[in-house]
Amino acid sequence: MSEIYNLTLCQLIEKIKSKEISCEEVTKSFINRASKSKKLNCYIEDTFDQALKKSKNQDNKIENDKKLFGAPIAVKDLFCTKGVQTTASSKMLEGFKPEYESTVTAKLWNEGANLLGKLNCDEYAMGSSNETSHFGNVINPYKNDKDLVPGGSSGGSASAVAACLTSATVGTDTGGSIRQPASFTGTVGLKPTYGRCSRWGIVAFASSLDQAGPMTKDVKDSALLLEVIAGHDDKDSTSAKNKVEPFSQKLKKDIKGLRVGIPKEYKVDGISKEILNLWEKGIEIVKSLGCEVKEISLPHTKYALPTYYIIAPAEASSNLARYDGVRYGFRAEGKDLIEMYENTRSLGFGDEVKRRILIGTYVLSSGYYDAYYLKAQRVRRLIKNDFDEVFKQVDTILTPTTPSSAFAIGENINDPIAMYLNDVLTVPANLAGLPAISISAGYDQNNLPLGLQLIGKPFDEQTVLNNAFAIEQSINFKPNFKDWWM
Amino acid sequence: MPITKDTVKKISKLSRIASNKKFEENMIKDLNSILKFVEQLNEVKIENIEPLASTVDQELIKREDKVSLMNEKKDILSNSPVDNGNFYVVPKVIE
Repeated sequence: MSEIYNLTLCQLIEKIKSKEISCEEVTKSFINRASKSKKLNCYIEDTFDQALKKSKNQDNKIENDKKLFGAPIAVKDLFCTKGVQTTASSKMLEGFKPEYESTVTAKLWNEGANLLGKLNCDEYAMGSSNETSHFGNVINPYKNDKDLVPGGSSGGSASAVAACLTSATVGTDTGGSIRQPASFTGTVGLKPTYGRCSRWGIVAFASSLDQAGPMTKDVKDSALLLEVIAGHDDKDSTSAKNKVEPFSQKLKKDIKGLRVGIPKEYKVDGISKEILNLWEKGIEIVKSLGCEVKEISLPHTKYALPTYYIIAPAEASSNLARYDGVRYGFRAEGKDLIEMYENTRSLGFGDEVKRRILIGTYVLSSGYYDAYYLKAQRVRRLIKNDFDEVFKQVDTILTPTTPSSAFAIGENINDPIAMYLNDVLTVPANLAGLPAISISAGYDQNNLPLGLQLIGKPFDEQTVLNNAFAIEQSINFKPNFKDWWM
Repeated sequence: MPITKDTVKKISKLSRIASNKKFEENMIKDLNSILKFVEQLNEVKIENIEPLASTVDQELIKREDKVSLMNEKKDILSNSPVDNGNFYVVPKVIE
């Protein structure tokens, strides 16, 4: 741990506050490394100069009461940042500079963090490999003979945290977009309970599923970031009034007596043997930590993904109706207003976004609404009921995060269903609105990281974090890639 | 195959996305495979199950109905592709 950029967020802030290192040194360390890592294509836009200037000012007066004092943080380019280009990785929003700041990012800056830049993601967060971005593929710092995807949609965020190009980041998770890339890059990603964090100022994808959350090097960093970004916001009527605990201070690794559920339906078709072994290892660990392990059943698990691929596109088709070439972003020419709309949306959106708008429009259209959309909402209730029932018997649920490790660029991009299957283990928590975390748990035979997922009760992030922290301490996962891209 | 060329044309129109032959061909293939995948839901018994639109438990929070000055016109218009300083400008609608 000789380099500053290798420190965790919590370690950095502690060293800044004890004046062991300066804010400027910290910021420079990340800027230097990010500048030498352009090949990974994590940053769409950087704000290095402003961050450096702010850090110099911060060194004049250390503010101990600020939780993120001096931390340079780049965020997924789905968060609106005042005066800084916000694109959602779409041509449609190229050049868009919001006149306002998202609530989640405003909370970061209020606690003394500085914006380092905007991170690449799948276009409008629609994808599981970061290959749908208008600004090109993001590369995973882990590789075998080929370049690998970092997962998605928060792929730039995951690669940036793994490769130490930012101290931590915030992403968004609609069907697994924080947890799956965390799993692919050997990092930690937490999707909070739906309503825990305000969605105000986040480019909307599927409003009943979208949730912002931390992506970090370890569990303690995620706990700290969550306590900063969580909380009710008058500007988002779905944000919850539940009390926000100091999660990082209350973090403990003693989880003796915790009841951990193992859902038999998560042994899905096509899941790799190595992942099943890893899951088994996770079960042995929680047993050794004194947890009570129970086999549980979530009978509607196999229907979660088809349900998601009706509900998410339906909500997306409605949310993305706002991109009309009139008020912001890209406009194409047309002989009349309608043709202008049609050309703008045809040229401004990429293929995956258009696919989802069309599917969403289809399932909401007259004659199909009941058969698809309403049916999916009914199945969604059954999926949530499964969890409600199970959480009477257990406190957390332990599963793998993904059915495979990171795959090569181009491997799945021409088969939408194969791509969607990446999210088979993460989507249920979104449909049920539950908190879920992915932590690094080991490597496969190709030395690629694999993640374990813990799902918890609504607003019980503390138990999820404690359980994750205990497993993390026990596994002691260490990154093992070389800086091959420099 | 529930999605035909005409369906793609119709939903493209509803979605205000310009369509062409190549786009239609790709979408017929992709959308049919997605629909086939989601049709697994036909196996599920859903009689008497209420649709779930949101997992939020709390009552929708209401704000006091008061006037507040937020964004200025100039700021809002700064992101428009075409405007005249006061209004957005679009292709002529009324002759």
